Amino acid sequence: MIEALLQTLLNGAASGGVYVLVALGYTLVFSVLGVINFAQGALFSLGGYLTYLLMGGRIGVNGALPGWGLPGGLPFWLALLLAAAGSGLMALLVERLAFAPLRHRRAEPLLALITSLGAGVVLVNLLQILMGAEGYAFPQHGEALAGLPDALQIGGARIRTIQLLLLLISSVAVLGLTLWLERSRHGQALRAVAEDPATAQLLGIDSEAMVRLAFLLSGALAGLGGGLIGMSVSLAGPYVGISYGLKGLAVLVLGGLGSVPGAIAGGLLMGLAEALVPSAASGWRDALAFGVLFAVLLLRPSGLLGRRLVEKV
Amino acid sequence: MIDNGLLVQMLLGALLGVSVYLPLAAGQLSLATPAFYAVGGTLAALLSTRWSLLGADAAGGFPLPSLLLELVLGGGLAGVVALLVGTLVLRLRGIYLAIATIALVEIVRVAILNLPFTGGAVGIFGIPQPFAEVSGYLLPALALLALAGWGCQRLELMPLGRAMAAIRDDELAAGCMGIDTTRVKLTAFVFSAVLAGSTGALAAHFLNTWNARQGSFDASITTLAFVILGGSRTWLGPVAGGLLLTALPELLRPVGDVRLVLFGLVILLGPVLFPQGLITPALLERLGEHGPGAAPEATTAHQEPQP
Repeated sequence: MIEALLQTLLNGAASGGVYVLVALGYTLVFSVLGVINFAQGALFSLGGYLTYLLMGGRIGVNGALPGWGLPGGLPFWLALLLAAAGSGLMALLVERLAFAPLRHRRAEPLLALITSLGAGVVLVNLLQILMGAEGYAFPQHGEALAGLPDALQIGGARIRTIQLLLLLISSVAVLGLTLWLERSRHGQALRAVAEDPATAQLLGIDSEAMVRLAFLLSGALAGLGGGLIGMSVSLAGPYVGISYGLKGLAVLVLGGLGSVPGAIAGGLLMGLAEALVPSAASGWRDALAFGVLFAVLLLRPSGLLGRRLVEKV
Repeated sequence: MIDNGLLVQMLLGALLGVSVYLPLAAGQLSLATPAFYAVGGTLAALLSTRWSLLGADAAGGFPLPSLLLELVLGGGLAGVVALLVGTLVLRLRGIYLAIATIALVEIVRVAILNLPFTGGAVGIFGIPQPFAEVSGYLLPALALLALAGWGCQRLELMPLGRAMAAIRDDELAAGCMGIDTTRVKLTAFVFSAVLAGSTGALAAHFLNTWNARQGSFDASITTLAFVILGGSRTWLGPVAGGLLLTALPELLRPVGDVRLVLFGLVILLGPVLFPQGLITPALLERLGEHGPGAAPEATTAHQEPQP
């Protein structure tokens, strides 16, 4: 009984960790620009597929180049890092195409919802053309997890190593990001731009560079999430990122828009809540996130840990 | 290239565009339209396949009055849901309202997928047909669009429409002027839902099968794109956007897999190239000067089907 509960909690924390990654990606962009990047889900998918390919996985029969794959295969951790970098670079491109032109023209921020979704649609469908719509299970060769055993026996519970790794990697990423935002020069500059772009500019901070940095990091976080989910579950298709992107959005609001601790608490809470849904009602699991979101919005519109927005006249 | 089936789809797209436009005309970014569309469609699908009183016959035919009754019931149910939900969510603003309405869409989608009587992932199929030909749907779709357009046109002259415009410009100031902002916003939200619900009821018959995929997050953004690309300052904008963007993926079918990439590019570049949308009040004024006596809606309606 205790073992089963432990397992459930670990599952919840692991998927919660991925929600945190996605939500933090939204948070970074939202805090500097005040807009939501709807391409986040597509960047998540991209990270998953990049990890798969870098590990030496082959393209399936419905892809553009059936049977093709990169020579050799990198270990999982290296593939994951490179994939995160790739998704980060793609996020820079998304910023350049979907956000920068509108921002420079001082267009309505609402428009960026549409353009970023357009970028996401393009990306997801390019992935579909290249890789096909089929699901992919990651290459599970022995050295993929650096020689670690597949599962650990803790008491009566059998825990998959990848679940632990997932939790560990997302915790490290989140901690690293938080520390970096708090302590480093660039992190402080980023927060200054988030607080007040005009003043930050006057203080000599290149706010455009900070915007790009925020996108780079948010894309990398999404890519990391995609690679981790691909390895621990599988890639269900190019649209896999969209549902994680939506959950991330729910987590974002649950925690409070723009709040880093809020995103972390919201993600873990959401993951645990979902894991505790009994399997008989698993079809309703996807509604849970949004039901909770709905309730939180109505009771506490600024989120669990968000600041109250006072509208000035 | 454009057959009757696509024309009906385009008209349904235009209707959904107007449904997103209505709350936006009162300054409220609501993405709930697909949820109400799904509610109306599911109700029509259930009624026509399960309720023999409506007179579906064994050959799959369906009496026209029953269809009209379903349009009213679908719109009515969506309106009631909107009244209940709107009272709660319309306290939220901006992006919070947008996300809350996305949440509503997802909750409705998961509910339709999991409820015991809505057919699960397959959905409800064999929905009876009131018309022998697809072209039969043109008339009710056009009539519904004409009704919606007439309503929007009237609205601009009515106190309600003026109040909506005032709230869009400055909600606080509108409130100070004595406008009951909550009520006006709720009214716009309910109108939007009724229109989406009726559209869903019509679409359920037109599509013949109905399942949870009909109202999803993708649809939220696509319908918003109708308004943004078409122009959000007059109701003709979402009509134009709905017609065009529904036709586009179908017209691009010959290019194969690349079509959705191109569709994405249009959504990506459209707002960059036309930040005000295609149809702006200034454009309508210019058109009005060139064609004396020609009402602006007539000119646009004739132009749009040939993109």
